[in-house]
Amino acid sequence: MALLRKAGIFLLTLAIASVLVFAFMAVLPGDPAQVALGVNATPELLAQTRHAFGIDRPLPAQYTDWVGGLLTGNFGRSYITGDAIGPQLVDRFEVTLWLVGAATVVAVIVAVPLGTLAAARHRKASGTVVSGLSQLGAAIPAFLAGIVLVEIFAVSLRILPSGGWTPPDADPVAFLKGLVLPALSLGLVQAAVLTRYVRSAVLDVLREDYLRTARAKGLKPAQALVRHGLRNAAVPVMTVLGLQLATLLIGAVVVERVFVIPGLGSMLLDAVGSRDLIVVQDVVMVLVAAVLVINLLVDVLYTVVDPRLRRAR
Amino acid sequence: MRNLVIGAVLVGLIVLAALISFLWTPFDPTQVDAALRLQGPSGAHWLGTDRFGRDLVSQLMVGARTTLYVGIVAVGVAALVGTPLGVFAAAGPRWLGEIVLRANDLVLAFPALLLAIMFGAAFGASTLTAMIAIGVATVPSFARLARASALQVLSTEYVLAARSAGRTGPAISVRHVLPNIAGLIIVQCSVSFGIAVLAEAALSYLGLGTQPPTPSWGRMLQESQELLAVQPRLLIVPGVAIALAVLGFTLLGDGLRDRFDPRLEGARAQG
Repeated sequence: MALLRKAGIFLLTLAIASVLVFAFMAVLPGDPAQVALGVNATPELLAQTRHAFGIDRPLPAQYTDWVGGLLTGNFGRSYITGDAIGPQLVDRFEVTLWLVGAATVVAVIVAVPLGTLAAARHRKASGTVVSGLSQLGAAIPAFLAGIVLVEIFAVSLRILPSGGWTPPDADPVAFLKGLVLPALSLGLVQAAVLTRYVRSAVLDVLREDYLRTARAKGLKPAQALVRHGLRNAAVPVMTVLGLQLATLLIGAVVVERVFVIPGLGSMLLDAVGSRDLIVVQDVVMVLVAAVLVINLLVDVLYTVVDPRLRRAR
Repeated sequence: MRNLVIGAVLVGLIVLAALISFLWTPFDPTQVDAALRLQGPSGAHWLGTDRFGRDLVSQLMVGARTTLYVGIVAVGVAALVGTPLGVFAAAGPRWLGEIVLRANDLVLAFPALLLAIMFGAAFGASTLTAMIAIGVATVPSFARLARASALQVLSTEYVLAARSAGRTGPAISVRHVLPNIAGLIIVQCSVSFGIAVLAEAALSYLGLGTQPPTPSWGRMLQESQELLAVQPRLLIVPGVAIALAVLGFTLLGDGLRDRFDPRLEGARAQG
C-alpha cells in the first residue's frame, strides 16, 4: 500500500517536472526554425519549417504531442540535423550509466571502510589522517582531478588513454582502460565526500546507548559496531548516497567534457551550444526522470532499513 | 579546536583577499599585455602572468570575491528556505508537510548543474544565474537533512514527554528540534558552501558561470588547461585556491560542529 502510494507520488512528480521542463523551454527566446534555417530564410520557408517542427500549434497540443511521444519511445527529431533523437539518446545514456556506475563503485568501496575507520579511531592518528585526506579530496573539483590524472597516466606514463570511448562489446579491454580515469576522477572526489558522511554517521551511532549495551553484554567494540551500529548509520548515509547518485549523473556532464566521452552530458552541452532546443528538452527530461527514479529507490530502501520511520509516518 | 582554527584562518585569508581587492590589487586583473604573457613569478608579478599577460595574484584576489559572492548567496538561499521547510515537513500538519515534501522532491530532480545549464540557455550564462541555480538546487538537501533529523528527534522519549506535558508542535520544534539539528545544519552549511564553490568552478569551466572578463577561479583553470604540461603554475594556482577555499569552509564547519554538539564534548576533552 505504501509502495503504491510512493509510486503514485513519483508519477505525479514526474508529470509536474515534465510540465516545468516543457514550459521552461517554451518561454526561451529565439525561434528554432530561424536557428535551423539561418538568417536568410524566407518567411514562407520559416512557416513551413515551424509547421514541420510542430511548433506552430498551441502550447498544450505541443506538450501532449511531446509527452505522448516520450511515452511511446518517440523522442522526435533534431531541429538541426533532422536525425531521430531516441536511438542516440539511448546510446548516450548507456555510456553515462557506465561512467556513473563505475564511479559509484569507486566511491562506495573507498568511502565505507575509510569512513568507518575514521570514526572508530577518531581519537587516534590513523582516524585523523583519514579524515584529513577525505577533506582534502572533497575539496578538489572532479574536472581538475581529471585533468591531473590525464597528465600523469596518459601524457607522462602513457599507460591509459587520455579520453574517448570504446563500447564494451567492441573491445572489452579498451573499454575498461578508457573507463578507469573518468571513473576515478568522478568517483574519488565523491568518495571523499561520502567518507565524511560515513564517519559522521558512525560517530553518531558510536555514542548511542544501545552500542554501550552491546559492549556491556560482552561484544567487542568492532562486533558491536558491525552488528548494531552500521545498520543505524546506514540511514543517513543512504540518503546522502542517493543524493550523490544524482550528483554523479550530473557531475558526469563535466567529466565527459574533460575526457571527450559521448555521453548524455556532452549531448546536452552540444545541443545547448547549437540551440537545438528539442534535444535539450529531451535530454533534460531524461536526466530529471533518472534523478526521480533514484530518489524513489532511496526512499523505498529508507523505510526498509529503519522501521522506526515506517511508524513515524 | 584545531579544525576550527585552520578553517577560520583559511576562510579569513580568502575574505581578507576579497576585501582588499576592493581597495587595491597589484595590477588590474583584466589588463591584457602581450609583452608580459606567460611570465614566471617575479618581484612585480608574485605568481607570474597568464597567457594574456594578466597578473595572477590580482586575478586570484578578485576571483576570491566571485567565490565568496556565489557561496554566500547560494548557501543563504538554501539554508534559509530549506531548514524551516524540512522541520515543517516533519513537525507541521500532515497535509502541509506532505506538500512541502513533494515540492522538495520536485526541486531535487533538478540538480545544480542541470538548472544552471537551463538558466544559462534561457537567460544567458552569468554569475547570477549560476548562484541562483546552485542555491535553488541546494534547498532540498537542507530540507531533507532537516526533515530526517527532525523525525529522529521527534521519535525520542523527551519529545514524547514534552508532548504529554502539553507542549504544542511549534514549541517542540523550536525548543527541542531546532537546537538538536542545528549542529547538522551548520555542518551542512559549510559543506554546501564548499560544494557551491566547486559548482561555480565547474560551471565556469564549462563556460556556464562567471563570464569574461570578471576573474573566476574556475575559468582560470579552464583557460590554462592545455598549458598544463608547459606552465603547470597556471593550473596549480587556481586549483590550490579552490581546494583551500573548500577545505577552509569544511574545516570551519567541522570545528563548529565539535563546538556546538554537546554529545561530542567528551571526545573534544580527550582528543
